Amino acid sequence: MSSLTLLYDAPALWLQIIADGILVGAIFALVAFGMALVWGVMNVINIAQGELVMLGGYVVIYLAKAGMNPVLAVPLAAAVMFAFGWILYRLVIFRIVDKDLFISILATFGLSILIQQLANEIFGANVQSVQSGLGSFIFADGMVAVGKVKVLALAVAIVVGAALFFFLGKSRLGQAIRATSQNARAARILGIDTDRVYALTFAVNAAICGAAGALVAMTWIIHPYLGLTYTLRSFMIVIVAGLGNIAGVLFAGVGLGVAENLAGFVFGAEYQTAFIFALLVVILVIRNLLLRRSRRYLK
Amino acid sequence: MIRILRSPFSQALTALAVAAAFPAAAQQAASADTITLGAAVSLTGKYSTNGKNTQDGYELAVKRINEMGGVKVAGKLHKLKVIYYDDESTSARGAQLVERLIRQDGVQFVLGPYSSGLTKAIAPVTEKYGIPMVEGNGADRDLFTKGYKYLFAVLNTSDYYLRSAIQIAAENTKMAGKDPAKLKVAIAVENDNFSKDVRDGVEEDAKKYGMKIVVDDKLPPELNDMSATLAKVKALKPDILVVSGHAKGATLAVRQVSQAQVYVPMLALTHCDSAQIAEKLGKAAEYATCGSQWDRHLAYKDKWFGSADDYAKRFETEFKYDPPYQAAESTASVLAFVDAFERAGSLDKAKVRDALAATDLMTFYGPIKFDKTGKNIAKSMVLYQVQGGDYKVVAPSKWAEAKIVFPAPPWDQRK
Amino acid sequence: MSARTAALYSATLAAAIAAPWLAPEIVTQLAFLWLMILFALTWDILGGQMGYNSFGNVVFFGIGMYACAVVQRDSGLGYYAALFAGMGLGALLAVATAGLLGPAVLGLRGHYFAIGTLGLGVAAGDLAAAIEYIGAGSGMAPPLYPGEVGASQRFFYFVLMALAMATFAFLRWLYSRRFGLALNAIRDDEDKAEAMGVHTTRYKTVAWCIAAFFLGLAGGPVGSLVGFIDPRELAFAGSTFGVWMVLMAILGGRGTIWGPVIGAAIFHLTQELFWTYLLGWQRVAMGVLIVAIVLFFPQGLIGWLRHTWPQRFAAQEMK
Repeated sequence: MSSLTLLYDAPALWLQIIADGILVGAIFALVAFGMALVWGVMNVINIAQGELVMLGGYVVIYLAKAGMNPVLAVPLAAAVMFAFGWILYRLVIFRIVDKDLFISILATFGLSILIQQLANEIFGANVQSVQSGLGSFIFADGMVAVGKVKVLALAVAIVVGAALFFFLGKSRLGQAIRATSQNARAARILGIDTDRVYALTFAVNAAICGAAGALVAMTWIIHPYLGLTYTLRSFMIVIVAGLGNIAGVLFAGVGLGVAENLAGFVFGAEYQTAFIFALLVVILVIRNLLLRRSRRYLK
Repeated sequence: MIRILRSPFSQALTALAVAAAFPAAAQQAASADTITLGAAVSLTGKYSTNGKNTQDGYELAVKRINEMGGVKVAGKLHKLKVIYYDDESTSARGAQLVERLIRQDGVQFVLGPYSSGLTKAIAPVTEKYGIPMVEGNGADRDLFTKGYKYLFAVLNTSDYYLRSAIQIAAENTKMAGKDPAKLKVAIAVENDNFSKDVRDGVEEDAKKYGMKIVVDDKLPPELNDMSATLAKVKALKPDILVVSGHAKGATLAVRQVSQAQVYVPMLALTHCDSAQIAEKLGKAAEYATCGSQWDRHLAYKDKWFGSADDYAKRFETEFKYDPPYQAAESTASVLAFVDAFERAGSLDKAKVRDALAATDLMTFYGPIKFDKTGKNIAKSMVLYQVQGGDYKVVAPSKWAEAKIVFPAPPWDQRK
Repeated sequence: MSARTAALYSATLAAAIAAPWLAPEIVTQLAFLWLMILFALTWDILGGQMGYNSFGNVVFFGIGMYACAVVQRDSGLGYYAALFAGMGLGALLAVATAGLLGPAVLGLRGHYFAIGTLGLGVAAGDLAAAIEYIGAGSGMAPPLYPGEVGASQRFFYFVLMALAMATFAFLRWLYSRRFGLALNAIRDDEDKAEAMGVHTTRYKTVAWCIAAFFLGLAGGPVGSLVGFIDPRELAFAGSTFGVWMVLMAILGGRGTIWGPVIGAAIFHLTQELFWTYLLGWQRVAMGVLIVAIVLFFPQGLIGWLRHTWPQRFAAQEMK
């Protein structure tokens, strides 16, 4: 394993790999916040999560083309996607809220194909990106370079995490959301407009994904078919962290980013994806075995 | 809205309406004075950018030929028409669709799909039915070792994309009084037919000069991040970094190399023009070197389009973007068919096949002459470098507009 | 079996055998129709009868395809011998994989099982794309069928038809035994089934092995029919075949024997029509169709028929 000796010879590489991993992971964590929220409150697994990210990216690309500073466009992308999420809920999602989880997986899978193909027709299949113009931080004599956008991504992830924590914990609306997630029927009896709570939850999720997409457009690339990467990663993160554990999601996201980057480095890029998905299966099986001791299972 | 109006949807609706109104007309593909070609191209899926280029290239050729009156076969003028299907960028679909073109639509002449993988999937089918296929987008060498008789490619095989990059680096090193065998090469290519063949060409030439390959990564096709590979590149400090992964790979490589400030004296890519790296990524793309099948500045001419530059201008007015070489070679594929029809003086597929094999044609895209295996041996690749925000041909020396900058200046010395 | 049912079956059989001569242009599409039926039937063993929604069944299909192609390439046997030996090896390897993974993966329940198997599917495709022995990302090309033009499609049509019919017959028999009841018991309440003395893990694993067996057999002929094996787009095509098998079974009606068959037929036909007439937009139409199926037909066609005309359909449908 020549890659391993390389890590030994040049310890600064560790820093680069881990830094890259943390910052990729932050974006995954952002998307996972949204997924955990929707899953926990509405009992819907949203497979179209990655497509929301993709759309957020396109919003920033078009705003930047119109002459806007892309960094300032991040909150705007979130706002646009908030509206999109609300509409999507009113059109489709409300029908699957009380249904079997598997139904929600399939329905949102259909939505994801639909959004992908519409994006292909409307925006074109060209790979697009935005120049943030922020440059990079350079450490250790140029051995370690970290894009400032990526740091921004981490900051956004932390801020969103904290905001969610306080919003759900302290505000009236947050309490309504929590009440609905615990027992929708009881919440309705107590006068909470659960339909509105669901719409809001889904819209907030879309907004978070939109912000993540904006950051992706500035760091990597946007094209109509990138969604699945983010959907699957965010799903993994939620499974590992569990629902309703905001700090856990952040740490799991960052951990996944680092693991993936290290795997790509050590085994070679061709095994990176296979490694991550094999890891997913292993994590699931192990978690399940641990639970089985007490005759329980994941649910 | 204009986009949507021009989109396949309206075409499909028209097709649907026509099919409903005239079932018989829709069934019979080859009516008296029309020659129908068939093509499965990628309109959706991962190759849809280049698939669109391919379709536009075919369409422009068909339009131009029909404008000029059509194809004269045995004294009679015929119009050209192409039936398209969408292969969704998957090879299973591609093979199925070509069979459908041949068996259900009665197509006798097939134009190639986009990408080597799809061409590989289709070639056995056309071969089996004895249907000539001219293609401009399947460059994998492997295609021409199977003894196919009905496959003709107007382009150079993919191992040639970046051989000249290695060569020019070696020559410049020699001129600077250093040993080219000391150069180190890092390779990161997408895990598919085309890019692996690009890689093999680079490896062969690097070995010839005694260069060492220090990184050899294969990137997954759903590639969205290559920081792990770049970390390796940073540590091993190669002199040449070769990245090949269609338009997506080119964009990603330029962007991440500049963001992580990875310094390599030469960054060698494919698909720069279809990814529009100079236009879209600005300074980050400066000094990137790219292999290409064609360039509008080359001095080729033909009777259909005039010069290469005339072609490019015509293409721009039709489709509102600069023609990447993928479009040019697709247009050239149609021209090769037209030339063969006229020389064969018949629309018999075997006669057309023989006429194709005897092709010796000059086009705006370059000379076309097929060897026994069906690949074009008359044309050579060009190598660009992005200089001052523009693509400048740097090799072969016959066409060079500028001298290559090698080694490229380090990041802190670029403005 | 009543006389009417017997007549129905023989008419279907006769039509199926005559089809390649009646509609020679679309033999490949018809061959794929049998494949889709096989996909939906094998998915339904777990998904419908047992309540375990798998997105990873394509793994077995891919293993079968690659195993067969390797035998065809390396064994040096004649064409037919190599093909059938390859199919056999494919089925064997697929069953072995299911047997090994089963006890661990089938311990997962509900959507965790769904996502775990999805992970398996993606990982398998990427692994296959990294192994040079089977062509890695460049894929593999199985040898060409020796017959004249058009004969290969006919041959593989009959192979796939035979496989789909064998699957149907076997599952019909299986569901009428104690085994079928055990699977239903697991679906209805796994903990209670276990408390009643059903060895749930054993049943679940065997059920998965059965699905793997037929999928592994089908892999080889499909690889040869298409003529080019791409690791992610044909062999381990999780986002197409992997999801379609689920949709087809749901569309027709999961947990029934005829549901998957009907679902596969309708789905395949619709898809071919979309593809011909909605060029470039066929996947948009597909997305709309999927959402519509799931939202408005979650019980499938059979479920809808039973609900609408209970006296006509409910009693007749065999379990």
